[in-house]
Amino acid sequence: MQLTVWTYEGPPHVGAMRIATAMKGLHYVLHAPQGDTYADLLFTMIERRKERPPVTYTTFQARDLGKDTAELFQTAARDAYERFKPQAMIVGASCTAELIQDDPGGLSKAMDLPIPVVPLELPSYSKKENWGASETFYQLVRGIAGAYAPEPGTERAPRPEGQRPSANLLGPTALGFRHRDDVIEITRLLGRLGIDVNVVAPLDCQPAELAKLGDADFNVVMYPEIAQTAANWLKRAFKQPMTKTVPIGVGATKQFIREIAEITGVDGDALIEGEESRLPWYSRSIDSTYLTGKRVFVFGDATHALAAAKAAETEMGFKVVGLGTYSREFARDVRAAANDYGVEALITDDYLEVEQAIIDAAPELVLGTQMERHIAKRLGIGCAVISAPVHVQDYPARYSPQMGFEGANVLFDTWVHPLVMGLEEHLLGMFRDDFEFSDEAGPSHHGHAAANRPAAPAQEAEQITVPELVHEPAIAAADGACAWTVDAEQELKKIPFFVRGKARRNTESYAAQNGLAEITLETLYDAKAHFGR
Amino acid sequence: MNELSPIQTGQAPGCLERPVLRERGQREVFCGLTGIIWLHRKIQDAFFLIVGSRTCAHLMQSAAGVMIFAEPRFGTAIMEEKDLAGLADANEELDKVVARLLERRPDIKLLFLVGSCPSEVIKLDLARAAQRLSGTYAPDVRILNYSGSGIETTFTEGEDACLASLVPDLPEADTPTDDLLIVGALADVVEDQFTRLFHALGINNVSFLPARNAASMPAVGPGTRFLLAQPFLTETSRALARRGAVHLPATFPLGAEGTNAWLKTASDSFGISCDHFHEVTAAPAARARLALDRYREQLAGKSLFFFPDSQLEIPLARFLHAELGMMPLEVGTPFLNKQLMAPELDMLPEKVLVSEGQDVDKQLDRCHAQRPDITVCGLGLANPLEVEGLTTKWSIELVFTPIQGYEQAGDLAELFARPLVRRTRLEV
Repeated sequence: MQLTVWTYEGPPHVGAMRIATAMKGLHYVLHAPQGDTYADLLFTMIERRKERPPVTYTTFQARDLGKDTAELFQTAARDAYERFKPQAMIVGASCTAELIQDDPGGLSKAMDLPIPVVPLELPSYSKKENWGASETFYQLVRGIAGAYAPEPGTERAPRPEGQRPSANLLGPTALGFRHRDDVIEITRLLGRLGIDVNVVAPLDCQPAELAKLGDADFNVVMYPEIAQTAANWLKRAFKQPMTKTVPIGVGATKQFIREIAEITGVDGDALIEGEESRLPWYSRSIDSTYLTGKRVFVFGDATHALAAAKAAETEMGFKVVGLGTYSREFARDVRAAANDYGVEALITDDYLEVEQAIIDAAPELVLGTQMERHIAKRLGIGCAVISAPVHVQDYPARYSPQMGFEGANVLFDTWVHPLVMGLEEHLLGMFRDDFEFSDEAGPSHHGHAAANRPAAPAQEAEQITVPELVHEPAIAAADGACAWTVDAEQELKKIPFFVRGKARRNTESYAAQNGLAEITLETLYDAKAHFGR
Repeated sequence: MNELSPIQTGQAPGCLERPVLRERGQREVFCGLTGIIWLHRKIQDAFFLIVGSRTCAHLMQSAAGVMIFAEPRFGTAIMEEKDLAGLADANEELDKVVARLLERRPDIKLLFLVGSCPSEVIKLDLARAAQRLSGTYAPDVRILNYSGSGIETTFTEGEDACLASLVPDLPEADTPTDDLLIVGALADVVEDQFTRLFHALGINNVSFLPARNAASMPAVGPGTRFLLAQPFLTETSRALARRGAVHLPATFPLGAEGTNAWLKTASDSFGISCDHFHEVTAAPAARARLALDRYREQLAGKSLFFFPDSQLEIPLARFLHAELGMMPLEVGTPFLNKQLMAPELDMLPEKVLVSEGQDVDKQLDRCHAQRPDITVCGLGLANPLEVEGLTTKWSIELVFTPIQGYEQAGDLAELFARPLVRRTRLEV
């Protein structure tokens, strides 16, 4: 049993819903009790989708349990088929239905519906949302495209002379972080390379289109959490190569183009050499020098966390002081990357652990999910959101991809926005005693109302008034090993709040190392000289 | 599991016999766990520990609309594969979770173990667990249990189950008693308004269930009179009756007239003169009527359709019809307690279809056919209906907003006027 307050991922059947809702003409019959319909609002409210998710819930009650819940499932499946006339159906159980073991797959097979019915086995008590989405997508791809796979061992015929290469874009789902815009950006990018898009799946894809997946020359694995398993199978069944780089950031986008050039033989050099994104110049522009070495903490799904860490270090000139993910399936990749940045990877789905890690790392910027945005708000640190789990704010009205060259522009803007700007930072350092520079005043570009929570949107103001929020971050609490003199304590307060925690801890560890019983003004500056910035 | 013996639907005098459409199909409603979202704020030293699955935890953060990121006084002990292997292990795991929790939160004085669909299906006995844990933590922490599972409870029935679990534990009132008990979670500001009114009427011993903290839960005993502030408290009413308390049947305190009738019921029961009642209530009632006048023009004659959600639907339909001239077409409720609803049903026009339970696709067909001016529905349905050109009101807002009493009558009307006004303002 695991005590959980907030979760990064829902149960695996919500992952299946993300696939079903992304697609057209697919219906999901979910054996589930009343209440599991809450998941509909994720799609209709957070993503503002215009239709209800194509999901029928069997809605069994306690009084049905001794009787025939299996029959209830079959009635619901039959009614759903009659009403919605889908091209294909997926069937499965939510966590409670898994316990009553009605076997939706077997039951629907016995019904002999005149459409493909793909049964899902999604173990609710050991797996989570992204795994459920990945498994559902894989089962659908295999179930529908499988019939068109060549004999094992058959070599893939070369592309006919003069025919444009084509690609499948795999992984975008409903309720994904900027998936809608990433698909547009990557489709444009491929178009400029002379490559057609064969099938985008699962977003806006019909089951019948999955049958054509084998026609493409290669697969673009946009989101490995969702599409890697299916792409691996397509590679085995159709000998289709796949891309490995996720094109988030300028460097990654160029690497992505190189990979595609290698797979297809198209010429990507012009696109690579052209200054397609404003990020490189904006980052070199001297007003950006204040970004140098900004301490950044990165947490999200593996795909976005890895890409963000890379771009943060190499394209923004930040220093990665923490890197982690809740995607345990990709823990190895994240550990390897963290090692390169000289930090220890944080692999967890416990937000309290993430909060503690952020406190310990004392970053100036957090790149994370909505969870980290709230943690950062509480700690008074700037934050930009880079990954699901999503919030209604992660569906901006404007075009706002993460991938490709335009995506890199978006990264630059959204990551710089929460930071205290260059000259303002100096002024804060010079004139700590100005009443408007007090810790309660946030950066001026956020307005005075944003006191002490720089990235907080005003609409959430009522939620942060609840009493528990008024707890002091642990960085302010000395462990009592050394006593601070009044002078030193006063001087510490002159250091901007976003680096004060670090200064305090450095000074205390310096004092401990040198066996000092008391921290004076001198100790504070000795420690500063010792550690540098 | 909660005790769910059917309530006696004895015919209250004057109860209109009307046909009720009973539906059995897909329900687009929350389960009873959702009530924790307001209950954990209402009882300030209580913690709600759901014993359930990842789905339960995900529901809680999704139903909150946006993530309320204060560390809340609720959490989910998520069962994993090994907990399903043997109940002994599950109990042991639960004990560990509770120990960790209470160590981290020494401010907690009342802990609810809340059953969920999976915990009920595997028959994890939380009543026994609560007893066992009480042995360890009483008297510092009281440990109670109830089920908010979707297989037994719909949305607000979770609050009913929670309050019912508190009743056997309430202190015994001295007899004879002249206490008045107000039952059902209300916003603090509304409680304070009602308290002032009751005191002015001369009813001095007024208390509320739930109280704002564990130590001040009200006493109850034979002769305690109680008014329901919320319509979904079937089990709590029964539990109070078992303690000898006497229910004062009334319309619910929504709108100027609804509030008037509710207060008058208590006032009459305590033998307060009509003159004095009028003296105390005339000014706030007049204010409420004035506030309602502002919205009558916008709302009168508009048709209304309620999807089932909180059991507030019938009292709301009564208020909107009787005080603002709206025309309910269908009033859906997840569960109909005819006895508690009798005074309300009497005031609904005869041709209104009252439906109980749900088959959501069929109900959507009826809604599409009638094209009401306002559809009151849950968050899963609202945007898709707006796309079809129907104006909607999210029903959950009616549970999360102070709407009871004289001073909130205008606010309540405004909640229905706003979506209509918005439609007329937008030119895009």
